[in-house]
Amino acid sequence: MTATTLATPEPARRIRWADMGPFLALALVILIGTAINSNFVSGTNIANVVTRSAFIAIIAVGATFVISSGCLDLSVGSMMAFVTGIMILTMNRLEPSMGANAILVGAGVGLIVGALCGLLNGLIVTVGKIEPFIATLGTMGIFRALITWMSDGGSIPIARSLREPYRPVYFGNVFGIPLPVIITLVVVLVAAFVLYRTKFGRRCTAAGSNADVARFSGVSVPKVRTMAYVIQGLCVAIAAICYIPRLGAATPTTGALWELQVITAVVIGGTLLRGGKARVWGTVAGALILEVIANLMVLSNMVSEYLVAAVQGVIIILAMLAHRFIK
Amino acid sequence: MSAPLPQPLSGTPAAPVALRAEGLGKAYGPITVLSDVTLDIVAGEVHAIIGENGAGKSTLMKLLSAHVRPSAGQLHVAGNPVDFADAVAAEAAGIVLVHQEILLASDLTVAENLYLGREIGGWRGVDDRRMNARTAEVLASIGAHCHPRDRVADLPLAQRQLVQIARALLDDRKVVIFDEPTAVLANDEVAALLDVVRGLRDRGVAVLYISHRLDEVQALADRVTVLRDGQMIGTWRGHDLSQRQMAELMVGRELDMLYPPKRSPATVAPMLEIEGLEVDHGAVRASLTLRSGEVLGIGGMIGSGRTELFEGLIGLRPAHATRITLAGQEIAQRSVQGWMAAGLVYLTEDRKGKGLLLNEPLAPNLTLQALDSVHPGLATSNRAEMALLERMVAEYDIRVRALSLQAGQLSGGNQQKLLLAKVMLTDPQVVIIDEPTRGIDIGNKSQIYEFIDRLVRAGKAVIVVSSELPELVGLSDRVLVMRMGRIVAELTGSQITEQNVVYAATSGQGETAAQDTTGGGDPYDRDHTRDT
Repeated sequence: MTATTLATPEPARRIRWADMGPFLALALVILIGTAINSNFVSGTNIANVVTRSAFIAIIAVGATFVISSGCLDLSVGSMMAFVTGIMILTMNRLEPSMGANAILVGAGVGLIVGALCGLLNGLIVTVGKIEPFIATLGTMGIFRALITWMSDGGSIPIARSLREPYRPVYFGNVFGIPLPVIITLVVVLVAAFVLYRTKFGRRCTAAGSNADVARFSGVSVPKVRTMAYVIQGLCVAIAAICYIPRLGAATPTTGALWELQVITAVVIGGTLLRGGKARVWGTVAGALILEVIANLMVLSNMVSEYLVAAVQGVIIILAMLAHRFIK
Repeated sequence: MSAPLPQPLSGTPAAPVALRAEGLGKAYGPITVLSDVTLDIVAGEVHAIIGENGAGKSTLMKLLSAHVRPSAGQLHVAGNPVDFADAVAAEAAGIVLVHQEILLASDLTVAENLYLGREIGGWRGVDDRRMNARTAEVLASIGAHCHPRDRVADLPLAQRQLVQIARALLDDRKVVIFDEPTAVLANDEVAALLDVVRGLRDRGVAVLYISHRLDEVQALADRVTVLRDGQMIGTWRGHDLSQRQMAELMVGRELDMLYPPKRSPATVAPMLEIEGLEVDHGAVRASLTLRSGEVLGIGGMIGSGRTELFEGLIGLRPAHATRITLAGQEIAQRSVQGWMAAGLVYLTEDRKGKGLLLNEPLAPNLTLQALDSVHPGLATSNRAEMALLERMVAEYDIRVRALSLQAGQLSGGNQQKLLLAKVMLTDPQVVIIDEPTRGIDIGNKSQIYEFIDRLVRAGKAVIVVSSELPELVGLSDRVLVMRMGRIVAELTGSQITEQNVVYAATSGQGETAAQDTTGGGDPYDRDHTRDT
């Protein structure tokens, strides 16, 4: 026992239902899925769902940084398409001289371009002092136009000889666990460490919680927020790396409207949209919830799968209402 | 020993009672925050409620204005028992609470704010002419100098406070409850506000007045009710009690000397020297010298540029200076981080808005500023943080029910101590404290004074910016007075009196020389607001 001046002991650690919400919701959705369709719980279907959710999950982890620092990034979907395009062009250009190694170089270029795109967003917001909503609305248009221009309105396919060596990044597995799932796990573990256990993470949430307090405490809010955008860009690039072997091409519609799914995943995961509270694991649960619902709608014939976005829209509103009433 | 206490009043007053509380109490679950309060609030009188933080003053106000429903007791209005469903019902009966915080829509005009939610007008739209006219009347009746069409965001703090009061007075009121209306005001503004309160009283309104400033209470109150630890201690005639007796009744014991004895600072080399500091919309050519082992007080009205001067110094506002040295070293990199490394910290006057993350637990708040020294490695350690928190809670006597609380759940005094502990973790040589005891009770106040005394005795240098004259006079070894962005007077030794500070702050007498009439005019003549 350490000596303490406190007369009363710490109250027993209570379960905070508001924090458990996303996980309970995920469990509920899975239970419903099991009841509706026996195919749902089959190993292949589960693996399929989790793998498909990897892209949104990885990008949403980056968005958790941006949002908890008090900003927003609407450009992630377009950025994803743009980075994908740049990577494929790089790989195709290098393929004749380097062979399969072009994939590695292309991935490296993708990470750099992603980080630079994030840096651009961050600098516009912090140095340019433009509202994040407006700044990233602008870059969203820019990235989308660039991929459309680069593909000349059509598609940028990856070189045929690279398809086979690149394939395992999306379709491969280690001990039966799909590779994208492992990549997501690594991203989430690193992100959770950075957000919860490093000084940067602390300053990030402080900047989102109250930027003035952070400033008066000697935290460089612009630096922290710019860094959050760079992390977002890196996450977009990682998602792009996993995404290319799936369809083998970049098109003007790649990643279209993903920003909405990403923000939805972050918010139903329990991260506050106004900043200050970050829930990385909640974000992952949010991404899974979205994907499971889409999957269930395809599997069962009760609701048209064209209504997936509508159901997801209902989910985000329900999640927010539940959050309010639990509080 | 001070004079023996007079007997508290008993029985029902002869004058007409506007609002009577009988055995009023409030409990939240098993915790009783207020019990058995019986009060008669008389029309045409000012009734002050005093007590330390946590004594139950705010709860009592909320019960009387029906913002909170009592768990025991009964209210009577003009002799009839009433049970208000909510604050709107209480307002309809003529009872209104003027909140301590300024709750106005800052982008709307004064008149729009006054009539927010009760606009005059029909299907043809709102009747701005009538609303502006009535607003002008109400503003004039309380001596406010703003115009109905002024945007609230453009008004200085004191005017906003008056707008808030005007909003409460738009309809005829029988009982007006003020919750620490002067907490954010400087002395001349306080005087104007006290006149408003007297004006209400003279019109036959029953005024309930809560304040930490006992001099105001003495100047105003016809009756004084003392609360302590959720209990009513008694009600006295205002002129029967001295300020000292009020303080003793609040604390429940005789007060030791509130201010520590003055030190006699040795003449050592200056610790901090500022030459010609200019802060945009703040300070003009400010120069000052600070020595180790002294408390330098900075006086002046709110809006005289004191906060701006030091926010500019520390790099939180655009500013430039001829020369600044700390411990003989010239300081070029003037940011909060740079100053922190050099050994100078600034404690903001706005602890809720700029000092603490109210929604975060205590430990991250404590270590936010000193993160690099608390966690030298890459990762943060929760165990180290909790140990540090436990140590600082003991050292600074921060009273907390549990270490897992959030900063916003602490009382004002304990928040202030947490803020102190937070900046002291950076191990500074110079500490600038802006309004060290704003809105906190006497017990915590004297602890903070003791703490400042310990700091300077340990050879640190302290600057105290304060609007509370007794505090400024009681603490400082030397006082600089600011007026309209300039340092206009330096007071030392026996010159340090409340009168001299007020005189310099209002008249600008003592200005060293009239060297500066050029230089782009007074940057302070337009913008007296400091929180826009």
